Amino acid sequence: MTFELFGTYATAICLLLGAGFVLVGTIGLLKFNDPMTRLHAPTKVGTIGIGMFLLASMIHSYVYGDGSLHELLIMAFLFVTAPISANFMAKVNIHKGACDLPPKPPQDETWSTLDVPVEDLELAEDAKV
Amino acid sequence: MTRILHWLFPHPVLTLLLAVVWVILQNDLSAGMAVFGLILGIIITKLTAVWWPERPNGIRLGKMMTYAAIVLWDIVVANIEVAWIVLTVPNTKLRPAWVVIPLDLRQPEAITILAGTITLTPGTVSADLSDEGHSLLVHALHTEDPDAVRDEIKDRYERRLKEIFA
Repeated sequence: MTFELFGTYATAICLLLGAGFVLVGTIGLLKFNDPMTRLHAPTKVGTIGIGMFLLASMIHSYVYGDGSLHELLIMAFLFVTAPISANFMAKVNIHKGACDLPPKPPQDETWSTLDVPVEDLELAEDAKV
Repeated sequence: MTRILHWLFPHPVLTLLLAVVWVILQNDLSAGMAVFGLILGIIITKLTAVWWPERPNGIRLGKMMTYAAIVLWDIVVANIEVAWIVLTVPNTKLRPAWVVIPLDLRQPEAITILAGTITLTPGTVSADLSDEGHSLLVHALHTEDPDAVRDEIKDRYERRLKEIFA
């Protein structure tokens, strides 16, 4: 009985914490007014918020059911894929010029996103005319 | 003997990883499932071996575990810091900055892990790589001193990754 009670409280606390972090992430998404700073908010939701929800799910399944480890896999796949989508959004921002121009890299010529081949530049010129 | 082992396990870490993922997917920790996972791991690594001609050899798994623990802890701490920034710092006082990190790492796998770590630890997002791969572009949400962010990333993560992929 006490074990189940403890499990219930632990699940509830995890759910509340997760919901709190997701809420803060959403507030950040709405509050910031620059595309690059906005990008920071979803990465927060993806890690701690979802992690807390999954932890709650695991505790609940172990206390009331057979127990499940699938949540660990969800976590692992999320951690592998979240940075890639963030990276793509950052690249789009740089492409569109929606943010301050990044400083030049110290050793190389330019950033790979800004490294447009000459043929493409000519095509863009033709399209303008 | 070592030849047979090498033929059977061209990528032992991947084989192990696939077996573990299989067992967790089945939610059933029995000997049968473990053996089946191992068989799958061997077949898949043999079939896909063509597509990874160069792979890092000699990854130190023990150091990898310490690294994962450090990153997990940093994610928790930094999340709370960023939540505080979101709730208390007004937009006008926010100091976002580009941070350029010169890379000592050369292996693509190591750079990928470093970029992923930087994005996962809140407050920084890795945005781009320079055309020759010598530096990494990172966007910081709120920092007074971009150089300090750079030094911390280099000291805390890159140094450890260099030891892992030695």
